[in-house]
Amino acid sequence: MRARTWITCTILLVAASAAQAQQSPAPADSCRTCHVMLEGRLQEPAAQFEEDIHAVRGFTCAECHGGDAREEDMEKSMSRARGFRGVPKRTEIPQLCARCHSDGAFMRNYNPSLRTDQLAQYRTSVHGKRLAAGDPRVAVCTDCHSVHRIRPASSPISSVHPLQIPNTCGRCHADPGYMRAYKIRTDQLTGYQASAHYETLTRGDLAAPTCATCHGTHGATPPGVASVERVCGTCHVFQEQLFDQSPHKAPWAASKIAACLTCHGNHAVKRTSDALVGTGTEAICMTCHSAGDGGGKSAERIHKALGVLDGSLGEAAAILDRAERVGMEVAEARVTLSSAREKLIKARVDVHTMDGAKVEETTQAGLKLAKQANQDGQNALAEHAFRRKGLALSLFAIAFVVVCLWLLIRDLERPRIVNETRRP
Amino acid sequence: MGESASEHTQKDTRGRRKLLGFLFGSGVTASLISFFYPILRFVLPPLSGELDADTVAAKANELAPNTSKIFRMGNRPGLLVRLADGSYRAYEAVCTHLNCTVQYRDREHDIWCACHNGVYNLNGGVVSGPPPRPLEQFEVHIRGQEIVVSRGSRT
Amino acid sequence: MMEALRNWMKARFGEGVLDWLWHKQVPRHRHTIWYYLGGMTLFLFVVQVVTGILLLLYYRPSPGEAFESVQFIMTKVQFGWLIRGIHSWSANLLICTAMLHMFSTFFLKAYRTPRELTWVTGCLLFFLFLGFGFSGYLLPWNELAFFATKVGTQMMAAVPLIGNWLLTFFRGGEEVTGATLTRFFGFHVAIFPLLTTGVLAAHLFLVQYFGMSVPPSYQKAYDKGEVPTYAFVPNFLLRDILGWYLALGVLAALAALFPWELGVKADAFAPTPAGIKPEWYFLFLFQTLKLIPGKVLFIEGEQFGVLAFGLGALLWMLVPFLDRRPEGPLGRWVAVVGGVIVAYILVMTVWGWRG
Repeated sequence: MRARTWITCTILLVAASAAQAQQSPAPADSCRTCHVMLEGRLQEPAAQFEEDIHAVRGFTCAECHGGDAREEDMEKSMSRARGFRGVPKRTEIPQLCARCHSDGAFMRNYNPSLRTDQLAQYRTSVHGKRLAAGDPRVAVCTDCHSVHRIRPASSPISSVHPLQIPNTCGRCHADPGYMRAYKIRTDQLTGYQASAHYETLTRGDLAAPTCATCHGTHGATPPGVASVERVCGTCHVFQEQLFDQSPHKAPWAASKIAACLTCHGNHAVKRTSDALVGTGTEAICMTCHSAGDGGGKSAERIHKALGVLDGSLGEAAAILDRAERVGMEVAEARVTLSSAREKLIKARVDVHTMDGAKVEETTQAGLKLAKQANQDGQNALAEHAFRRKGLALSLFAIAFVVVCLWLLIRDLERPRIVNETRRP
Repeated sequence: MGESASEHTQKDTRGRRKLLGFLFGSGVTASLISFFYPILRFVLPPLSGELDADTVAAKANELAPNTSKIFRMGNRPGLLVRLADGSYRAYEAVCTHLNCTVQYRDREHDIWCACHNGVYNLNGGVVSGPPPRPLEQFEVHIRGQEIVVSRGSRT
Repeated sequence: MMEALRNWMKARFGEGVLDWLWHKQVPRHRHTIWYYLGGMTLFLFVVQVVTGILLLLYYRPSPGEAFESVQFIMTKVQFGWLIRGIHSWSANLLICTAMLHMFSTFFLKAYRTPRELTWVTGCLLFFLFLGFGFSGYLLPWNELAFFATKVGTQMMAAVPLIGNWLLTFFRGGEEVTGATLTRFFGFHVAIFPLLTTGVLAAHLFLVQYFGMSVPPSYQKAYDKGEVPTYAFVPNFLLRDILGWYLALGVLAALAALFPWELGVKADAFAPTPAGIKPEWYFLFLFQTLKLIPGKVLFIEGEQFGVLAFGLGALLWMLVPFLDRRPEGPLGRWVAVVGGVIVAYILVMTVWGWRG
């Protein structure tokens, strides 16, 4: 029995050490193992690199910094002879990253669906052009993607995840001190954070536009005056189409006035309201038009049409709510009302034709439906009132019986003059 | 009081009693009718028969393949689509963006919202445009000659 | 006509069968008015049974269809709104009159010998009515009902030892789900009615057997035969019927003028709406539990509350055996305690309502 115990123990021991040997990760990165034990600036990159996608995929520090990651001896691992180049210069970084990322054959080994044109795009961007002209202060790859903590854009903690992009761009573009030399505004981030796009983004809809959506990612450049409409029109298709047919299109193109942003702003794109069109105090039309001219009159007509339909929808909704609260069935009417509401939505898009007649066409259709829903609601309330009348009738019958009962009882118990039994 | 007076009183009493009894009886009858009439109407099932939990959206061969129909599902519009292979799909035809009514596009084989160009695939998922959530899908069963759409089970 | 009916019955069933009814006398005194409450409670219960059975013709007890079926009754079925409205309002009126009946018999000490069992069966009926109310409230499966049930059943976990078992038993699972609805439906239309039939039969038999009790102050005079009486048939009965007609009128008016809301369909995954509270007849319990501190001595607050209520209910039911000499100082003391209880319930209910 003792022999058996010994043999079992030996086998277990061997198996354990074999397993342990198998658990150690693939290529040993001597840079990391050493730097992780240091402090401060020398330790940070090694600690951060743990989470980097390159580390996860098996890359070592030497892939970017050169040197030999297999050597424990500092003289050998950080020797210039073995290609060690220390911290790369900012102006060299795009080329450095592109060494792999622009090599299609190489990238195919890791992620075949990743694009490999980032460097080419970057060179067309304002950042790329200025870097080529010798300005080291513009953004390079590591400014947006981080240096040692690079993660795919789909990761919520990546600096280039849609939710993080505004802050990443804002690190420079919202810093007045940093941007002073370039004489461009620095209010884009605060403007964007007040916008409907940002609100949609933070509500969880990652398809909402961020800086990169309109300006591009690697080829980041503000759209030219002529292309603003096309950029907005990528999502706002109908508005672009209708605007192209509107009387604003030609004169604005000629005067180089950018479409869309002239009325809606570019970064602080707020939610629109019916007050934005017309001749009122908030109306944008009044920036150029006066209340009496052709444009002003169209604007007022459009505003009025929207207002009338909105009011009518509100009335109908209130009546249907009342009817439903008292327990009446108004399903059919609700469907009609939602069709009417659709017409208002369509009319608000039709505003971009700047044509009062076209908008009215849509709102008239909506008004008809709203009136119908309203009528159905009135009918339901009338039925309810009818019930109250029915109640009054039955209460009358009940009251009648009660009075008769009372009289009967009084009569039964009237004191008798002659000796009678109480029983009838 | 004399004999004649008490006799008179007795006759009065009987007459009054009879009148009261009659009024009481007719009053009770009237009130009972006003109770039983609603009860009787109640127990006879209404014409619309079924709940809105299950809706008959169409008849068996009403739709050709690759066509669709808007029907009423309770308070809201529903979209019944017969795919090219003959099977049925049903959705709540309310766009998740701003509640416009969506439609089936037979060329693109997708579901489209005309208000702001939202596009959904045939699983109800959002393909492009502003809708933030997929379309709610309903269960479709074929019951004899009827295509029945229901909301499906919930907890 | 009554004469003819009596003869018909006599010819078939012999002399004695309904004689007790024809000869029943009801004492007439200052507190006679309280005698009507028992009959009123019975009448409202009958209204509940009738309207409940009618609703049963259309109601569907599954989470996918419950709300829709009630909506169907309210909107599509002829006079469905009326039947449902009466059922909902009558439930509240029933519990109200049951409470009045219970407290009036308490203060009039109607539970004294030989009527102890009448009191006990009466208490059991009251608890059954509360059970009816709680189980029925969930059936429309709207948001208020769902969350009120969630909160209400959560209290059961506070019962020591068997708390979790009780919770799982009543909920049909860990959470309030369709299984809970099925169970509550079973309680509401089968189990409670069955139990109530038995207990009610016993209660009514006992009331007839022992006759009407008189307040202690009239007892001596009554024993000597000096208290005037009504004949039950027709004098008292006609007055009863008058009261019932008035009640019907009130119910119809309430159903038509203050219709019972449909509410919003329950969604298990929605957050609990603010200010959720149970129906008024549970408010005093709810409010008390809210006020109990987290820990009382070494017992958890909620557990203490539940135990206290349980003990309270038991003592209440055993009052006839505790109040051995109702005419003595103990009797007065019991009445005072009863007064305090009534005041407490009123104050807690109003407080709970105000939130």
